[in-house]
Amino acid sequence: MKRSLSLKLGVLAAMAAALSTSVAARDLTVVSWGGAYQDAQREVYFKPFMATGAKMAEESWDGGVGTLRTKIKGGNNNWDVVQVESDELLIGCEEGLYEKIDWAKLGGKDKYLADAVNDCGVGAIVYSFVLAYDGDKIKSDPPKNWADFWNTQKWPGKRSLRKGPKTTLEIALMADGVAPADVYKVLATDAGVERAFKKLDQLKSNIVWWEKGAQPPQLLASGEVVMTNAYNGRIATANDKDKKNFKIAWTNNLYTIDSWVIMKGTPNKADAEKYLVFVNDPKNQKNLPSKITYGVTAKAATALIDPKVLPELATAPQNIAAALYINDKFWLENLDKLNQRFNAWVAK
Amino acid sequence: MAPPAATTASGTDAAAALRRALRRSGRREQLRAAALVLPLFLFLLATFIVPIAAMLGRALFDREIGEIMPRVTAELALWDGRDLPPDPAYAALIEDVRTARDAGTLASAATRLNYDVAGFRSLLFATGRRLGGDVTGSPREILSAIDPKWNDRETWAVIRRAGGPLTDFYLLAALDLRRDASEAITATRPEQAVFRNVLGRTLWISGVVTLVCLLLGYPVAYFIARQPPGRAAVLLFLVLLPFWTSLLVRTVAWVVLLQREGILNNLMLSLGLVAEPVRMIFNRFAVYVAMVHVLLPFMVLPLYAVMKGISPSYLRAASSLGATPMTAFRRVYVPQTLPGVGAGCLMVFIQALGYYITPALVGGADDQMISYFIAFYASKTVNWGMAAALSIMLLAATLALYAVYDRMVGIDKMRLG
Repeated sequence: MKRSLSLKLGVLAAMAAALSTSVAARDLTVVSWGGAYQDAQREVYFKPFMATGAKMAEESWDGGVGTLRTKIKGGNNNWDVVQVESDELLIGCEEGLYEKIDWAKLGGKDKYLADAVNDCGVGAIVYSFVLAYDGDKIKSDPPKNWADFWNTQKWPGKRSLRKGPKTTLEIALMADGVAPADVYKVLATDAGVERAFKKLDQLKSNIVWWEKGAQPPQLLASGEVVMTNAYNGRIATANDKDKKNFKIAWTNNLYTIDSWVIMKGTPNKADAEKYLVFVNDPKNQKNLPSKITYGVTAKAATALIDPKVLPELATAPQNIAAALYINDKFWLENLDKLNQRFNAWVAK
Repeated sequence: MAPPAATTASGTDAAAALRRALRRSGRREQLRAAALVLPLFLFLLATFIVPIAAMLGRALFDREIGEIMPRVTAELALWDGRDLPPDPAYAALIEDVRTARDAGTLASAATRLNYDVAGFRSLLFATGRRLGGDVTGSPREILSAIDPKWNDRETWAVIRRAGGPLTDFYLLAALDLRRDASEAITATRPEQAVFRNVLGRTLWISGVVTLVCLLLGYPVAYFIARQPPGRAAVLLFLVLLPFWTSLLVRTVAWVVLLQREGILNNLMLSLGLVAEPVRMIFNRFAVYVAMVHVLLPFMVLPLYAVMKGISPSYLRAASSLGATPMTAFRRVYVPQTLPGVGAGCLMVFIQALGYYITPALVGGADDQMISYFIAFYASKTVNWGMAAALSIMLLAATLALYAVYDRMVGIDKMRLG
């Protein structure tokens, strides 16, 4: 969802980086996802960090572990701290592209959400796939969970899910009564996969599939669907910018975490660690959600966040309580097989 | 009075010289023609033929494992496949995994092997991690201790199958087939089978679109062909008008028209024709509508060109011989338009086969054609072997149809104007 980075910014940043590398030792270079997200980070993290006397440059990227692989293997890596998605964290860590995180310096693992702690990375933001509906169309007695998503008697009309097995199969199992903690255990068995597709069979004729994160709000707004699986940030943006009255049922939302990593062998490791200490300080983290609706990872930050935005975040205590952490390890392993299965099922 | 021998000799000499000169100038003509065509040929070669051949080759060549894990590939080539591989294969695998891990190429190998068997990725990485530490024992003991899957014949068969340099893995998969542990070709399990269905659907949708285009386009072309030249020019211009707008815009326009709270539904609701909005988008109906709309000009134009060339005197002659207008049309006019019908149908059908963006935008999940899956593997999962294999299927289907058409109608009879 953050991939819609401003290309111009990236090019400018790349040119700036090219200039700065030619001037001997470079400053700490932090790489994020551009666009509105990086604008928020600049205000909340980059500028205050530089105000402490530290020097840093920022860049944007578009994701893809191949980019990082090329930098490390090519031997002229010019990035120090990069924000990566969860699958990039997993693959890059396996391949040894990142430095190990010294958790003692960051105040210990206990300070953070359990899923934000990784050998190679520390969680930066938390966001969710949620059940969303239009509050102007469903006024009383709204759907509360994924089981309601399947109830076409009570809420007639189409529903929208993300095209592909990832998130869809988890949702089907939770609608079928599987507890979030057991979802991947069940899905790891053939019988569990069978069960998920059986559940999807019940809803199949009522599903409209989406592929891009911008589609679910559009489908809700046009009345094409009554409920949808959507990124929580997109729903908040639609309410904020387009004055919609979309609502979210947070029960059993599926969340994922983007993480900061330190690139292997960087000459700026000490500065990189200083940066991570700074951005993981709850006093600094608490300012991010007011700018953009992503949750943050330090446990102590939650209490400090503006109470007006807290209920919109994936990390709000009531939202994360029954949430499911999307298991990238499972998907890395099984995506090829389940993609094929999903495509075959969808084509029937 | 025989002519002097010398004259005859010089006569044949002159004829031979003339022939030589003619041949020379003929050759020069040919060379010049070839030189004129050469730039285009080189352009096509560099931008079309070579890249396509290279891409399609990815379905047939499988060099990755052979390059990343050369030792075990060589050892497994000697293995009879009946029992577990011999000891040297185990030692070679350990050596290869260690090297690949240090070189950072283990990920590519893991990705390739995971295509065949889910779970191979973590098997390889876990093995790599454990081999990085202290291990003792014979190679066979080491690997069995890391994961019992190394005691499974199928695990080794997967590596051997991927050893290349040639493979039929992708092509078989594109036909919903696979090789089992004993290398015999078997059908993919029914819940994993998808591509035969998709190919059938692609042909079906293209056929329906072609037929609808013909039914709609024939009367239009007939009508235009019978107008005076000035009016015909205006009408033809209207037929071509859609080309001024991009395909994407025209397709998205259909979304706006057909959606639940779209223009068409609102109109029908306000006229009281329907009580509930009718579902017209994200289904097969929308795919047919949008594709026919986009492809219709390709039917009308060749039909018009052929009809324009049919002299009205044939129909008049038929009438004067006592044929009713219907009979004259059916027995005299229609047969003369067949080359145009053939050209139009072939053009529409072959273009429809490759349609991607229109079904993707207005169709549902079960309306996607083969190009959707080519794009899916090429850009989403980055499994280029699979994308190439499906492309070969599409290309083969197109060429087969072309051959059938040539056999039945004759490609030389096709007329575009």
